[in-house]
Amino acid sequence: MSIEHRDDTGDRFGMWLFLYTEVILFSGLFILYAVSLSRFPGDFAQGSHQLNIYLGSINTIVLLTSSLTIALAVSAIQMNRIRQCLTLCGVTVVLALVFLVNKYFEWSAEISHGIYPGSQHLAEMGAGVSAFFNLYYFTAGLHGLHVLIGGSLIGVVAVLTARGKITSERYTLLENSALFWHLVDLVWIFLFPLYYLIL
Amino acid sequence: MSEHKHEPVPYRTFILIWIALLALTAITIAVSRVHLGPLNVWVALGVATLKSSLVLFFFMHLKQETRLFRLGLLVLLVILAIFIGMTFIDTLYR
Amino acid sequence: MSESTTYTGFWQESPRPGILGWLLSTDHKRIGIMYLCCITTMFIVGACLGLALRLELIAPGVTVMTPQTYNATFTVHGIIMIFMFLIPSIPAAFGNLLLPIQIGARDVSFPKLNLISWYCYVIGAILAMFAIFGGGGAPDTGWTFYVPFSTQTSTNVSLVAFAAFMLGFSSILTGINFVTTVHRLRCKGLTWGRLPLFVWTLYATAWVQVLATPMIGITLVLIILERTFGAGLFDAARGGDPILFQHLFWIYSHPAVYIMILPGMGVISEVIPTFARKPLFGYWAMALSSLAIAFAGSLVWGHHMYASGMSDFAILIFSFLTFIVAIPSAIKVFNWVSTLYKGSIELAPPMLFALAFIFNFAIGGLGGLALGAAASDIHLHDTTFVVGHFHYVMFGGGGFALFAALHYWLPKFTGRMYRHKPAVISWALLFVGFNITYMAMQAVGIMGMPRRYYDYLPQFHTLNLISTIGSWILAVGLIIMFVNLWQGARKGRPVGKNPWGAATLEWTIPSPPPIENFGAEDPVVTKGPYEFKGVVADEY
Repeated sequence: MSIEHRDDTGDRFGMWLFLYTEVILFSGLFILYAVSLSRFPGDFAQGSHQLNIYLGSINTIVLLTSSLTIALAVSAIQMNRIRQCLTLCGVTVVLALVFLVNKYFEWSAEISHGIYPGSQHLAEMGAGVSAFFNLYYFTAGLHGLHVLIGGSLIGVVAVLTARGKITSERYTLLENSALFWHLVDLVWIFLFPLYYLIL
Repeated sequence: MSEHKHEPVPYRTFILIWIALLALTAITIAVSRVHLGPLNVWVALGVATLKSSLVLFFFMHLKQETRLFRLGLLVLLVILAIFIGMTFIDTLYR
Repeated sequence: MSESTTYTGFWQESPRPGILGWLLSTDHKRIGIMYLCCITTMFIVGACLGLALRLELIAPGVTVMTPQTYNATFTVHGIIMIFMFLIPSIPAAFGNLLLPIQIGARDVSFPKLNLISWYCYVIGAILAMFAIFGGGGAPDTGWTFYVPFSTQTSTNVSLVAFAAFMLGFSSILTGINFVTTVHRLRCKGLTWGRLPLFVWTLYATAWVQVLATPMIGITLVLIILERTFGAGLFDAARGGDPILFQHLFWIYSHPAVYIMILPGMGVISEVIPTFARKPLFGYWAMALSSLAIAFAGSLVWGHHMYASGMSDFAILIFSFLTFIVAIPSAIKVFNWVSTLYKGSIELAPPMLFALAFIFNFAIGGLGGLALGAAASDIHLHDTTFVVGHFHYVMFGGGGFALFAALHYWLPKFTGRMYRHKPAVISWALLFVGFNITYMAMQAVGIMGMPRRYYDYLPQFHTLNLISTIGSWILAVGLIIMFVNLWQGARKGRPVGKNPWGAATLEWTIPSPPPIENFGAEDPVVTKGPYEFKGVVADEY
């Protein structure tokens, strides 16, 4: 409108509030997980053994690294190093894609074994294993959707930075996208041990 | 309304945090291969909490933000604890 | 204000002409008015469905609709009234209109997000309409979508669940906006101790919207996934737990009750001091009890589930905590009454609605204690007593608060005063009709009539007949009220800045407020919101 209004701290705070809503969104699935785990500890371990721990670990490293690159990108824009910032954003997007490709292979292997929500094979494996895989697919699926959204967001931000719309003076959009990306990382930090490492 | 800008965090700090995160990941994988009974889950959650605090305070700049941001996070965690805890009051005693 | 006959404030000033000036506007007042139009439409649709339900129950057996139609009607009535009317009613419509003005800001923190939130609402509402009238038939699960029925019925549950998801998203965006706005955009001198109570309640509500709404989001998504993949997440035979669905559902839906009632309490806290010409009694108790209600409201969801097969220990805990919520609510009621004590009371229409609110809310609240106690709830669970109770709180509370807000603030935003005599008549009809309808419903519930049935035993006939007649009185009251408000907005007598002699910031700017609310200079606040010394009401 007519009067220029700017409040970077407010913008960041708004983003944090949005991240809270995301945490609660995932917490619904984590509640289901926790209750089911306490009910079927043995079955959950059995289900966990069938997940590929190597792919899971690689994806953890990929996400942690992408979190580093986007954090560095924020520092880069603050120090007005636009080229570095663009490279770091690019690396983040590539890592997001690597994560998704990994996930694709992981899921295809599992689905080819007849393990997917509502499958006959899963039903024969018993109630606990069934619950484990249902929750695994829905939680990881929702997380994957967030990786997709976060990656696209960072792609858009990179383009805006290249066009000079995001500068060292005004970079809240980059900062907020980075915050979203860190949240994706945070969710995975909990998701990984709970699904891949149950013994 | 005070506009407070963050000092850029040096690359070094972030890289150190990243190394710490990778080390914690290695620890959590290693520990998970040792049978500790129900303790396994709690160790995994403990390490994950440590990792997420690193991400929150450094990567997400929470360390540099005003008290309001930390207060908000606290409110969120309290509410989360209530949602999870109160559900367990039912399921554990059924 | 002689020039006010031609002055039209934000209704006229706009960067874009015509309808686009509204649909693309990021002005909080225009968005508020758009919300107000939508929720009023939804309320009228929902009220017609409610009247149809009452008509069906006028006599035992099938009277005007088949059992399946009845199931669909009460479901749609619930979905419309909860998700499309009550939740956005005061927070989104009046919150948008007033929150920035009351804190001396020119707009909310995120004006574009605000517009997006309105579009989410509209998309959600349109999708819901498709679900209701589209193939497959209107959902018949009740607004609670309980599994296993909701995963098995062939009606349009998935679509309506997605619609509710969109409506929830709209609510979240409003919440984020309001929390940020209250923290960041208060004008100079407006300390936390000088915030109007309406702002306090909106602030508490906004936190609930942010922290509770995502839970219904994920729950509804799970329903959709369950219907699509048939995974058995809530199927006991396949490792699921149907009671967990109820937990997830009520983790949101109980706090949602406070999204509906808290801003209404804020409205009443504005109206009562103004028409008693006295500062609000116990300002800090009122402000903090709003936060306390919001917090305690997130602890008690289990009291909807006493008969579900939840553990006895959980019933004990939830029952105890439910009584705790009564404390901050009672603080509010006592403080309103104390504000009235020795006040110079003017029984203007907003005040009448506010007094009706206190009466209805007290009855509804006390009925809530009967339901909160596990022992009596086992008898009352799923009877029409429950239906009567939540209508006392939601309609008699939230609805009457909205009517109070309409009568209090519409002159501000239209610049014109409605006629007082029809307003008082409509108030009397609404108050009497309301109490007849729902008191009879509560009574027949105590006798044992179950809710959600199109039919009933002959001994329940008299009370059901009384209740239906009451609903007609209610309907007449509603018609008179809406017609009167509409006529007042169109061609009522012009009003000045401050027709009621109130002391909050919105009354210091012209009616209707100009775009960006305050002129060239930002306001500076030097006194509390209820200090009436030196405040003079304008003649109208």
